[in-house]
Amino acid sequence: MLGRTANGLYWMFRYIERAENSARLIDAGLRMALTRSEATEGDWDGVLQSAGVRELYDEVHDTLTSIDAIDFLLRDRANPSSVMSCIEAGRHNARMVRTALTRETWEATNECYLEMKAILAKKARPTDMPEIIDTIKRRAGLIRGAFHGTMLRNEIFNFSRIGTFIERADNTARILDVKYYVLLPAVAAVGSSMDNVQWESILRSVSAHRAYGWVYDAELKPANIADFLISNGRMPRSLAYCYEKIASNLGYLEREYGERHEAHETAERTLAALRSLSITDIMDQGLHEYLEDFISQNNRLGQEISDGYRFN
Amino acid sequence: MVKNKGITPLAFDEMMNADSSPRQPYSTYHEWYASQDRNRLIAKSKDAENIFRKTGITFAVYGHADSSEKLIPFDLIPRIISGREWRKLAQGIEQRVIALNAFLDDIYHKQEIIRAGRVPRELIEKNVAFLPQMIGFRPPGGVYTHIVGTDIVRTGEDQFYVLEDNARTPSGVSYMLENRETMMQMFPELFHQNRVRPVENYPYLLRQSLASLAPPGCSGKPRVAVLTPGIYNSAYYEHAFLADMMGVELVEGSDLRVIDGKVKMRTTRGYEAIDVLYRRVDDDFLDPLTFRPDSALGIPGIMDVYRAGNITIANAPGTGISDDKAIYSYMPEIVEFYTGRKPLLENVPTWRCSEPQSLKYVLEHLEELVVKEVHGSGGYGMLVGPTASKKERAVFAEKLKARPTNYIAQPTLSLSTVPILVNKGIAPRHVDLRPYVLVSDKVQIIPGGLTRVALKAGSLVVNSSQGGGTKDTWVLED
Repeated sequence: MLGRTANGLYWMFRYIERAENSARLIDAGLRMALTRSEATEGDWDGVLQSAGVRELYDEVHDTLTSIDAIDFLLRDRANPSSVMSCIEAGRHNARMVRTALTRETWEATNECYLEMKAILAKKARPTDMPEIIDTIKRRAGLIRGAFHGTMLRNEIFNFSRIGTFIERADNTARILDVKYYVLLPAVAAVGSSMDNVQWESILRSVSAHRAYGWVYDAELKPANIADFLISNGRMPRSLAYCYEKIASNLGYLEREYGERHEAHETAERTLAALRSLSITDIMDQGLHEYLEDFISQNNRLGQEISDGYRFN
Repeated sequence: MVKNKGITPLAFDEMMNADSSPRQPYSTYHEWYASQDRNRLIAKSKDAENIFRKTGITFAVYGHADSSEKLIPFDLIPRIISGREWRKLAQGIEQRVIALNAFLDDIYHKQEIIRAGRVPRELIEKNVAFLPQMIGFRPPGGVYTHIVGTDIVRTGEDQFYVLEDNARTPSGVSYMLENRETMMQMFPELFHQNRVRPVENYPYLLRQSLASLAPPGCSGKPRVAVLTPGIYNSAYYEHAFLADMMGVELVEGSDLRVIDGKVKMRTTRGYEAIDVLYRRVDDDFLDPLTFRPDSALGIPGIMDVYRAGNITIANAPGTGISDDKAIYSYMPEIVEFYTGRKPLLENVPTWRCSEPQSLKYVLEHLEELVVKEVHGSGGYGMLVGPTASKKERAVFAEKLKARPTNYIAQPTLSLSTVPILVNKGIAPRHVDLRPYVLVSDKVQIIPGGLTRVALKAGSLVVNSSQGGGTKDTWVLED
C-alpha cells in the first residue's frame, strides 16, 4: 500500500472519531446546563478546554456565551476540531483514499458529509440540538458499521483502526486531564451535588454514564471514574482498551510485513504500563502529570507510526 | 461539401420516425415507455440523481467560484444502437485507430507520410504536441494509443462522422459504467426485454490490455498503477474509480521516484517498482526533467526509464500529434496511406484557416460554420456561427484574421437527436457518442460508450462543462 494511502486512512478515521467526540462534548455540555439550577456560561469553558480549543475560541470571540461556544464546536471552520471541520476533513481524506475503501464505507462517509453540510448550513437553534447530535452519532455509526461489515481485515483495516484509537486515547486523556481537579478528593467537596453533576459530565463526555453503573455500582467515586477511563480494558474508550487495539493492529502489520519499528516498542511499553499500574499508583504519582505524559507519548507514537510506515 | 443554412429544425431523431412510430432499435423500449407512468419516471429521475450524488460521481468545473463538485445530469432514456449500426461503426473505428498508431510510429521514425507529401512537414514539426523526445523510440508492443475515445456524431440513418480522435487521455468512461449500473438498478426489467451488450467488463479488459504491454524490463507479473494529478483534478473521481475497479494503486507524482533505473512508488513497506503506468496527467507535466520544469505532478527522470525499456506509459507521450485539430483534417489521407483503403468512417468536412483560400471562405460564411481553436478543448474558445450574435461573429473574425493558423472551421452539422425526459413528457435533444477503444496486440471496442446530450432545446454543445448531460448507451445484440 502507498504510504500516502496509509496516511489518508489514518487521518480519515482520526477525524471521524474526533467529529463524534466533539458532538459528545457538546451533548455533555448541554446536559449540564439542563440539570443544574444555576447553569453558568463557565460550564462551556470546561467543554471548550476538553475539546482543546479554549484559546482558539478567544481568538474568534470576545465573550464566552453558550450559543457561541456551541456554534464554535459544531460548525465553525475556524475551529479544526469542530464537527463540520472534522467531517469535511474526514471525507476529504476518504476521497483521497477512495480506492482503499469499500463502496459502502465511502458512501456512508460521503452521505454523512452531505447530510451534515445541509443540516449545519445555518446556525443551529437550541431546540434543534438534540436532533443534530443524534444525526451525527447515527451517521458516524453508519460509517463504522459499513467499515466493520465490509472491509477486508488487512493492512487498510489496521491503519484505519490505529487512527481511530490514537485519536480516541487522546480524547479520553484530554477530557480527564481538564477535569482532573474534580476528581481530586483533596480539592473537591466530596459528595456535594454539584460535584456529582461534574463527575457525571465526565462520564457522559465519553458515553459511559450507563456503563459505569454496571461496573462500579451507582455511586460516583473519583478513583472509580479514573479507573474506568484509564485502566478498564472492557471500556471501549478507556486508555487501556485503546492501547490493546493499537498494539494488536500494529502486531498484525508486524507479522504481515515481517518488520518491526520504534512504534511497536512504544505501544507495547505503554500498554504494559497501563496493565500494571493501579489507579492508586496513578493518583499518588499525580493524575495531571500522568495524563500530560500520556498525551505527549501518544503523540510521539503517532509520529513513529508515520515514520515507520512512510506516511510522508 | 455539405452546406447548411443554420440549424435545420428537422434533425434525424434516433428514436422516432417522422410518422411518430418508433425506429426499429427502439421498438421494444418504446413499448415499455408507453406503458410507464410519467410521475414514476420523474421520481426515478430524482432517484438517479441521488444515486450519483451518494456515490460521489462528480466533476470539478475549473474557474467556478463554488469550487465544490458538480453532478453531470443523467437522462434516463437510453440511446439505443442496433447491432448492424454498431458493426459498421466498429469497423470504421478499428480502421481509424490502427491508422493512428501507424501514423504515430511513422512520424516518430521514418516520416514516410511527410516524404510522400501527404502531410506538410511544418504541421508536424512545429506542432507543440509533437515530442522530439519520442523520435526513434518505439513503445513496448509498438502501441502508442492504448486507450482511445473516438467522438462520433450522426446526421442520418447511415451517416456517421468522426468529430475528434481523442488519443491522449480520453475521459468519461466512468460515466459509461455508472450510467449502466444506475439503469440496471432502476429498470432491471428493461434488461430482460432488450438484449443489451455488456460494458461492465471494461475495467478487466483495460487491466489485461495494459498488463499485456508490460515493458521488456519487467519480469514476473506486471504491476499496473493509475497516475492522477490529484484530488482537485476535474476527473479525479474517474481516476479513483478506474484504479478501484481494476484493483491497482492510484498514485500521484509525489508517491513516485526513479530508483535504480525503475519507477518506484513509496509504500508502507518501502519502494516498489511499477511496470505499467496508466497516466491521466498531460505530457507537459509528466517529467519535469524533460518537459515543464515547474511540474509538481510528474516524476523526474521517468522519460529516461521509459526510453530504457523499464516502464510502459499509457498512452505514450507525444500521441497528441495524432488527435490535434490541425491534423484532423488530414485524417482521410492518413487512414488511406496506412491501411490502403478509403476510410470507412467519414471526417466532418474541415476548412484549415491556415490556407488563404479556406480562410476567405470561412470569413464569408461565418454564420454557417463552427470555428474551433486548433488546441482548444471542452467547447471553450469556439464560435458556433448560427447561434452567435452579429457582434460575436465580428469579434471572432478579427481573432481569425490575427491568427488564422490557430483555427479550423466545420459546417454546423445537424446532429441527430434522442429524446430526453422533461416535465411534460419527452423532447428531442442533440447527442454525440464516444465509444472507448483498447489497443494491445488487438483492438477491442467496448460495445456502448458515452452519449453526451445537450439539455437545452436546439443546443449543439454537449460538453459537461457547458451544461451537457449523459445517457446510458445500448448496443443491441441482433
